[in-house]
Amino acid sequence: MKAMQILREFSRRDRVFDFLVKAMPPELDVSHNIILYLEGLNKSFDGFKAINDLNLYIETGELRCIIGPNGAGKSTMMDIITGKTRPDTGQAWFGQRLNLLEMDEPEIAEAGIGRKFQKPTVFENLTVSQNLELAMSQDKRVWPLLVARLNAEQRELIDEVLTIIGLNALAVDLAGKLSHGQKQWLEIGMLLMQKPALLLVDEPVAGMTHQEMERTAELLTSLAGKHTVIVVEHDMDFVRSIARKVTVLHQGSVLAEGSMAEVQSDPRVIEVYLGE
Amino acid sequence: MLLMKMIRSDKPGAWLLAILLVVSIVVPVLNLLVPENSAFHLSTYTVTLLGKYLTYALLALAADLVWGYLGILTLGHAAFFALGGYAMGMYLMRQIGERGVYGDPVLPDFMVFLNWQELPWFWYGFDQFWFAALMVIVVPGILAYVFGYLAFRSRVTGVYLSIITQAMTYALMLAFFRNEMGFGGNNGLTDFKDILGFDLRADSTRIALFLASAAALAIGYVLSRIIVSSRLGLASVAIRDAESRSRFIGYRVENIKLWVFVFSAVMAGVAGALYVPQVGIINPGEFSPLNSIELLIWVAIGGRGTLYGAIIGAMLVNYSKTYFTAALPEVWLYALGALFILVTLYLPKGIVGLRNMRKEKA
Repeated sequence: MKAMQILREFSRRDRVFDFLVKAMPPELDVSHNIILYLEGLNKSFDGFKAINDLNLYIETGELRCIIGPNGAGKSTMMDIITGKTRPDTGQAWFGQRLNLLEMDEPEIAEAGIGRKFQKPTVFENLTVSQNLELAMSQDKRVWPLLVARLNAEQRELIDEVLTIIGLNALAVDLAGKLSHGQKQWLEIGMLLMQKPALLLVDEPVAGMTHQEMERTAELLTSLAGKHTVIVVEHDMDFVRSIARKVTVLHQGSVLAEGSMAEVQSDPRVIEVYLGE
Repeated sequence: MLLMKMIRSDKPGAWLLAILLVVSIVVPVLNLLVPENSAFHLSTYTVTLLGKYLTYALLALAADLVWGYLGILTLGHAAFFALGGYAMGMYLMRQIGERGVYGDPVLPDFMVFLNWQELPWFWYGFDQFWFAALMVIVVPGILAYVFGYLAFRSRVTGVYLSIITQAMTYALMLAFFRNEMGFGGNNGLTDFKDILGFDLRADSTRIALFLASAAALAIGYVLSRIIVSSRLGLASVAIRDAESRSRFIGYRVENIKLWVFVFSAVMAGVAGALYVPQVGIINPGEFSPLNSIELLIWVAIGGRGTLYGAIIGAMLVNYSKTYFTAALPEVWLYALGALFILVTLYLPKGIVGLRNMRKEKA
């Protein structure tokens, strides 16, 4: 009887064997209008709880500012999203279908999360346009890289990004020669070349002059909508100038969330952060 | 087409190829056609010496590709050179045939001496040149692949990687020193008679080997230049300067490192295979860690991360080594040491850095 059942199971004609189904890389699915889910995340380093039951949802196309005092877990959160650090417990999903905790850094980058670091790290020994060329989303296996040539479309994309970040005149200069602010913009440009759905921007205006700051604010607000942007920043003036929605982190979890005005009037926030 | 474009964008490289071409014409003429009593005659000894330098230059080029462009400070690159050399040496051993001291038609002398009755399995096939030539490429390539796969996948970098490359070549040296390994132990492989049926001591064979070395260097240079000027080369520089950043952009750092490393190892193997018939011996001393370190000094003196700098450095250091050992036999080591110190102190970018320094001043 049992044998018959197994046989019947094998000969079913309405389905194919699992191993015959081609593994399709799941695509980014944002049908619920939420692009990033962080749920119940915990991470401790040598007993210090860097992330403590963190829950955060980012809507598609929004520009979200994340603020918090030093050690609030902002960088660790970014590390978890980009695959650099694994949380002890909790979940991190990119859209409905991509489980970030099962992917490594290149996979996550390929799926559409771009990260700009606190300290600008551009490739100093390459020119500005070479930096952009490398950052472009493309086949990044060894042989295709060896035979790759820039085609007209890619050249156009590089020119377009150069215009957005305002470094057109410096395209063939070595990136190492750029000023601090220009390096930050080049980094943002490199992010754009990857055509990411989600941009993580870590302290974009640290060390910038006032004018550079204004330009950066313009740049970031112009990117929102087409991309989803998460900005981690210390500079309150800057956050005030771009923020629509602010999340305050404190001791590894969300302390408050809302518009800048709401957050600023929250007594808990004033106590830990703004009041100082 | 591609070659022309490359030459136009790489002036020093074009010069290098031109010089190699001129030398490949002039040296045979001066050696074979100019009579021996003429002042312009080039002795066969000098030709062989130059051929040896060319193989060193190819080895330096291989090291520069991984050190200068990928930032892998390899302290074991001479191991690939020696393996290529051993593969060629095994072929040359089998070519001796009955002319060995013991006159055994199959077994090389050292095996007869060790009382071995039959050829070990790994010596099979080395009587065929094509098989030996294949092994010259395959053996260093496979070692580099396995080593690189393990090392780069586990993200070993910097000093730790240097130390394990050193350990690799040291372990190989100890292994090859053992008689039971079947590679001639301490004495290595020597007493070669001919290659492809040509007498190794004949002037014309020496010239042919010299030309083969020059051609290998030229091809190696062109291939390396194609790699470093491709997008793969850009990615290599990116990995060298900011490895984790390149990872976040989506590059598989370990794969890029692995394949460039393998290519470089194969190039080193070819250099070793051309070196052995010219010097007439290969022994475990070639695996010595010191050789690998000296190799990096050639590259550093010439100027790393330029490709042609490595070639200039290898030529210059080896020439001065030959010169000093003859002219100042007591102090040549000091002279060489002084050269290293001077270059490190005053020419941090090596000899080719001089050109750019002058350009910046002007």
